[in-house]
Amino acid sequence: MATQTDLIPRRLLQTKPRLRPLEFVAEKMLALVAFVSIFFIILILIFVFRESLPLVIGTASDDIGKVSIKRIFDAAWMPVSNHPQYGLLALIIGSLKVTLVSMCFAFPVAILAALFTSTFAPKWAKELMKPAIEILAGFPSVVIGFFALTVLASVFQNVFHLHYRLNAFTGGIALSLAVIPIIYTVAEDSINVLPKSMKEASFALGATKWETSLFVLLPAATPGVFAAFLLGLGRAFGETMIVLMATGNAALISPDIFEPVRTMSATIGAEMAEVVFGDAHYNMLFFIGVCLFVFSFSLNAVAELVVRQRLMKRFRGSV
Amino acid sequence: MKHLTKTVLVASLCLAGFVGMIAASGKKVITIKGSDTMVILAQRWAEAYMAKHPDVSVQVTGGGSGVGLSALINGTTDIADASRPIKGSEIEKIKTRFNALSFETKAAKDGITLYLNETNPVSELSLSQIKAIYLGEVTNWKDVGGADAKIVLYGRENSSGTYVYFRDNVLGGKDYSSTMQSLPGTAAVVNAVAKDKVGIGYGGAAYAKGVKKVKVKKDANATAYEPTPETIKTGEYPITRYLYMYTRARPMGDVKDYIDWTLSDEGQAIVTQVGYFPVK
Repeated sequence: MATQTDLIPRRLLQTKPRLRPLEFVAEKMLALVAFVSIFFIILILIFVFRESLPLVIGTASDDIGKVSIKRIFDAAWMPVSNHPQYGLLALIIGSLKVTLVSMCFAFPVAILAALFTSTFAPKWAKELMKPAIEILAGFPSVVIGFFALTVLASVFQNVFHLHYRLNAFTGGIALSLAVIPIIYTVAEDSINVLPKSMKEASFALGATKWETSLFVLLPAATPGVFAAFLLGLGRAFGETMIVLMATGNAALISPDIFEPVRTMSATIGAEMAEVVFGDAHYNMLFFIGVCLFVFSFSLNAVAELVVRQRLMKRFRGSV
Repeated sequence: MKHLTKTVLVASLCLAGFVGMIAASGKKVITIKGSDTMVILAQRWAEAYMAKHPDVSVQVTGGGSGVGLSALINGTTDIADASRPIKGSEIEKIKTRFNALSFETKAAKDGITLYLNETNPVSELSLSQIKAIYLGEVTNWKDVGGADAKIVLYGRENSSGTYVYFRDNVLGGKDYSSTMQSLPGTAAVVNAVAKDKVGIGYGGAAYAKGVKKVKVKKDANATAYEPTPETIKTGEYPITRYLYMYTRARPMGDVKDYIDWTLSDEGQAIVTQVGYFPVK
């Protein structure tokens, strides 16, 4: 009677692994590459924090005088002026407005598209749609921005009779073109990896396709869908080129989504090239960078903690 | 082994050839950086100059007046183009870093043009009306003789020399209304106004295609002038400015030859072709 070990060639059972120099080098190289990328991330972090530091310790100054961190509560964002103002409220509102519009549009569309391709679509349609949407993810954002600036803005203005051609709504819809593929890809994958038995059990109980996908598959894929939501949110908040081109860039404090907005990322994008090195305006742009970083860092932390620790356990019973 | 020797030989030959090519080309390089308003003009000048002087290579980059002057301060460009005069703080920095007094050359003249949509019935505005519109004090076209519609303001990003010039010379140094939409580049402003019936924008005269140029008058009772070569030359058109080229010190050698050539009749003819106005 053959035991398990008899079936394995003796060569593989040798206790001492043979020394393979090439493998050793390759392994160390990969480790090095991994550490170098971590190293660079840390360096970038230190740089961004360091450049905004003068504001916090109170050594930043512009042509008028010293600028303290309290100036972020100024009434307006008007950094190039005879009386500069550095209020971030308008920029934060701008970012939130555009992100809200794009997520309200992108999230339902992407999730429904993911459900469609994973459950309803015939094979040929799925094979056509999935790569097509994923190609959209690699679309250069400047091209989307240009399209929004020249075409989308005019269409929306004529259809909805908007007073401002470029506004948070137009920018948000353009932005959702960049966000949809990200949410779609992650959500689609998390629905696809669900065990087939789940679907079959649901059908066996007499549920329709529609009931199965909405009340069985979607809840079971919640951790993945939630992760997709957070990734999409991060992309929408940090995206620069589309909002720079399509939102009009006026720093207004208003709740109206049909007025122009200036987002935090677009402000850095538009002003960093010109700013005098070491000036309070320069420090302030880096401070905005720190805010963006803290935001995306906490998003990732939430994704990691909540999705991994809680949702996965609750829905799958394991990590 | 033989194979390796061959590879090394070929590689070193290639390298030698490459180095030789660089040494042989030995062109004199003049770098120019700065104002986006002037970038078309600077490129035309560079092309024409290089055609006449094949031994000189003129490299032009845009970015904005502030970018060019920063590069001049950092020593990474020979000439900085600027659509606004150099600031005292910038002169100071050049002085401390290079122990040189910066040198200014007035290279061309420009009239800042106000653009309107072609369907807008308004055709002339006074300086104080323009000021009130951009400060947000006048928000309806009917207050300046147009239809009953809210005004939509377009302008440049705060990195632009035009932004600073317009603020200091038309708005009297006060800040723009916060409803002004800032767009990247004059071409984007023209494009926006061409598509927006109630829009108004400003920028260089050379860019005004598909939009209406506003006639501007000094005050309510004065005659309104369109920005044309004559009115800008005589100063009858009220919003004119110089376009500058800055060097760290009084220009010498190749840079001097180049700047002198831009001020010659041939150089100034290109200024007119591009849509700006000669200095003399």
